[in-house]
Amino acid sequence: MNQAIEQSKKQAVIEICARFGNDRTRLLDILLAVQSRFRCVEPALMASIAEQVGSYRVEVEGMVSFYAFFSTEPLGEVTIRLCDDIIDRHSGVEEIAGVFAESLGVRPGETSADGRFSLLCTPCIGMSDQAPAGLFNGRVITNLTVPFARAIADQLVSGVDPAALELPLGDGNNTHPLIHSMVRNNIRLTGEVLLAGISPEAGLNNALARSPKLVIDEIDRARLTGRGGAGYPTGQKWRIAAETPASQRYIFCNADEGEPGTFKDRVLLTERAGLMIEGMTLAAYAVSAGQGVIYLRNEYAYLREYLQSILDSRRKQGLLGSAIGGHRGFDFDIRIQLGAGAYICGEESALISSCEGLRGEPKTRPPFPVQSGYLGCPTVVDNVETFCCAARILDQGAAWFRSLGTEGSSGTRLLSVSGDCERPGIYELPFGISVKNLLELAGAQDAAAVQIGGASGEMINMSQFGRRICNEDLHTGGSIMVFSARRNILEIVEYFLDFFIDESCGYCTPCRVGNVFLRKRIDKIRQGLCQLEDLDYLRELGRTIAETSRCGLGHTSPNPVLTTLKNFPLVYAALLKKSKDGMQAAFDIQSALEESRHLAKRRSMIYDPTYDDSPRE
Amino acid sequence: MEDTIRFFIDGVQVTAAAGQTVMKAADAAGIYIPRLCDTEGLKPQGSCRVCVVKMNGRTVASCTQPALADAVVESETDEIRNYRRDLVRMLFHEGNHLCPICEASGRCELQAMGYRLGITQATKYPYLQPVRPVDASHPDIVLDTNRCILCGRCIRASRDVDGKNVFEYVGRGIHKKVGVNGANLADTDASIDDKAININTCPVGCIIQKGRGFFAPIGKREFDQHPIGHQISRRRKETP
Ligand SMILES: Cc1cc2nc3c(=O)[nH]c(=O)nc-3n(C[C@H](O)[C@H](O)[C@H](O)COP(=O)(O)O)c2cc1C
Ligand code: SF4
Ligand code: SF4
Ligand code: SF4
Ligand code: FES
Repeated sequence: MNQAIEQSKKQAVIEICARFGNDRTRLLDILLAVQSRFRCVEPALMASIAEQVGSYRVEVEGMVSFYAFFSTEPLGEVTIRLCDDIIDRHSGVEEIAGVFAESLGVRPGETSADGRFSLLCTPCIGMSDQAPAGLFNGRVITNLTVPFARAIADQLVSGVDPAALELPLGDGNNTHPLIHSMVRNNIRLTGEVLLAGISPEAGLNNALARSPKLVIDEIDRARLTGRGGAGYPTGQKWRIAAETPASQRYIFCNADEGEPGTFKDRVLLTERAGLMIEGMTLAAYAVSAGQGVIYLRNEYAYLREYLQSILDSRRKQGLLGSAIGGHRGFDFDIRIQLGAGAYICGEESALISSCEGLRGEPKTRPPFPVQSGYLGCPTVVDNVETFCCAARILDQGAAWFRSLGTEGSSGTRLLSVSGDCERPGIYELPFGISVKNLLELAGAQDAAAVQIGGASGEMINMSQFGRRICNEDLHTGGSIMVFSARRNILEIVEYFLDFFIDESCGYCTPCRVGNVFLRKRIDKIRQGLCQLEDLDYLRELGRTIAETSRCGLGHTSPNPVLTTLKNFPLVYAALLKKSKDGMQAAFDIQSALEESRHLAKRRSMIYDPTYDDSPRE
Repeated sequence: MEDTIRFFIDGVQVTAAAGQTVMKAADAAGIYIPRLCDTEGLKPQGSCRVCVVKMNGRTVASCTQPALADAVVESETDEIRNYRRDLVRMLFHEGNHLCPICEASGRCELQAMGYRLGITQATKYPYLQPVRPVDASHPDIVLDTNRCILCGRCIRASRDVDGKNVFEYVGRGIHKKVGVNGANLADTDASIDDKAININTCPVGCIIQKGRGFFAPIGKREFDQHPIGHQISRRRKETP
């Protein structure tokens, strides 16, 4: 590289690091800034970054190689990330990718030779209700059709910046000048708690009028449980954080919404951002926290400026900052942390690692984040919807909240419905609604299978549509994907496994390796190479992964296999090969030989130092 | 003895200091729980999962899980042994292992664990056959991560004992691997005297000291004499 250019790049990196106070814990932000400035984080710059923040080169490399939105080679001036989750695939994203590939002269997964375009795939971007969709230098374009894609591609080729593309506008706050997006809310049903009318600041005012302890008591009495997936009692979490001795405590809002098929937080961030921040603020009051973080997935970066403006205006109104609401000694402020493409960062302790400028790997538990989280301080991590509910509970009271839903699940639930139905979108319904009722509301007459709770959830068959959505029966983080009889169940399973393989952090053996083995066997089954014993293999392997993994990702990653084995046994049975002669159908002598041939070449350096390590053809 | 608790491992009563891990307490009592990523003198990491046990019915990693008062821990049950076998097999199949020609053979903890758990043939899973370049740049050290089990012992030893950060994880998921703090090992400040390079740090045969291969003849190697874990289980036999 030309020395002058190299020097100027280094200078730019030094400035970026300085902008974040050369703070080691802000490494994620620094790398995001470097990536956006140079469209990559060049290995040659890693040592400079490390030097500025007091890290070391390979640690920076560890970060860059962890997050999907970083690259070491320059991405195109226009980087397109098409969402290739299962719903988008069923909606024809492959064809759309073909249109862009042809028009822009770039192969999927690659950057064009002239450096103008990159055409990439990315897992669920939270737009399954308006699929196929993609990110164009971060700008969201939804409902892609072949003619629409062609029109966009033509403009991009002629040099129009994605930000300048003329696109229709969505509804609600999507038309706000700071969002200005074609995303539609698709709110199909408003419920009493979240999407019907609310009175701003009523919850916060009520909270500040009582003692912190009474705020937690109210949340307890409402029996609010976490909306992010795990369903842990929120009041209990807040109480532990409040009672753990510490000089600082933190409130983190989990807006990473990465579970395939979930998009309800997107709608809350768009339409109820004030309520969510109100919830965070009263949580801060309840546990005596001084700082807050909204962890916003990078796919939702288009909402960032808008959210920032809400924070700014609340600061001006005295609802953030020092002496909030005139309460002497109650100081609390919030910053937004953008993610960088990693589903695992939705896991609360990985989210904290990520905010600390580390690889997004879950932390060892115990201690739990509420005892020792961000920088070792008690940290409450709650979902967007949970904070919104908390604010509403303080406004309307625990009894009101408990009057909605079921005995074991209070309140309403935002359900993100997508897939084979007439009315995909958001449904706010009291807990306890049956799948059947929901499908009727969504116009999903020919539903044959429903995936409840995203990739990590459960796939149920038609005979189970009477089951109810609540903590007592079908537990869900809100994702409901509907599949008609036209869909191939095992293709869906395979897709989910691919998702987990790509998104596993790799920390522990069972999740890192085991999911790859599950995937390989499903592939063999699809090829008709398997027998009944292979189903036992899947069950045993799935159990080992679920039981021995270190975090929720591995605990649930075999679910697509295990729940379809249980609920769709005939799908598997139809693909099994009968063994007539006792020979193993899966045994193929040539490929077995090839395996050992290859292995025999993998020799110890010392034993055979001349061994050629170049990859096989 | 106010700060000690009592719990049970496979029916044997064990005492632990408050906050002590199940594994540490078990070690002290002479009960060996199989392990690969954990080793004396380094902070536990909890990544290989071979040390799983059931505590009050929940599966946990005993190297990171603090013992709880009166807890019932199951370790040597069929269920747990099967999990361990699966995990060790996964590690065998994730990398490239050909023991008869491997320098670590006989002192390799993965191999010894395979024997201990009765894994004689590793054919249940497919081989992933990674192709990872061997780094022989350093005058004294060879790094061959084709056998790496990602235990992180080299990383922790370098960071926490040597104060050097020669190694670190890069990549994620199945592409996760051990990287070095430079273009190659010669470009780092790694030294043959580092704890990270010590023959006992890497449990398998990835970190090799040049000119020191196959130093122990077959029959005299560490695990030729005793199964892995015998130093710990011996304690139990010795205590009256
Ligand atoms: C792999 C994984 C991904 C997760 N992703 C999210 C997410 O995107 N949003 C979320 O709120 N919770 C997510 N969670 C759950 C969080 O770990 C945590 O339980 C939640 O944020 C707690 O908030 P709650 O109690 O309000 O639900 C995820 C968990 C796992 C294991
Ligand atoms: S289960 Fe293990 S490998 Fe998978 S995401 Fe969690 S910590 Fe990482
Ligand atoms: S590292 Fe261990 S298990 Fe692997 S080939 Fe060498 S001796 Fe065998
Ligand atoms: S090189 Fe050896 S010590 Fe380091 S992680 Fe791999 S197996 Fe463990
Ligand atoms: S020894 Fe406990 S997880 Fe590896």
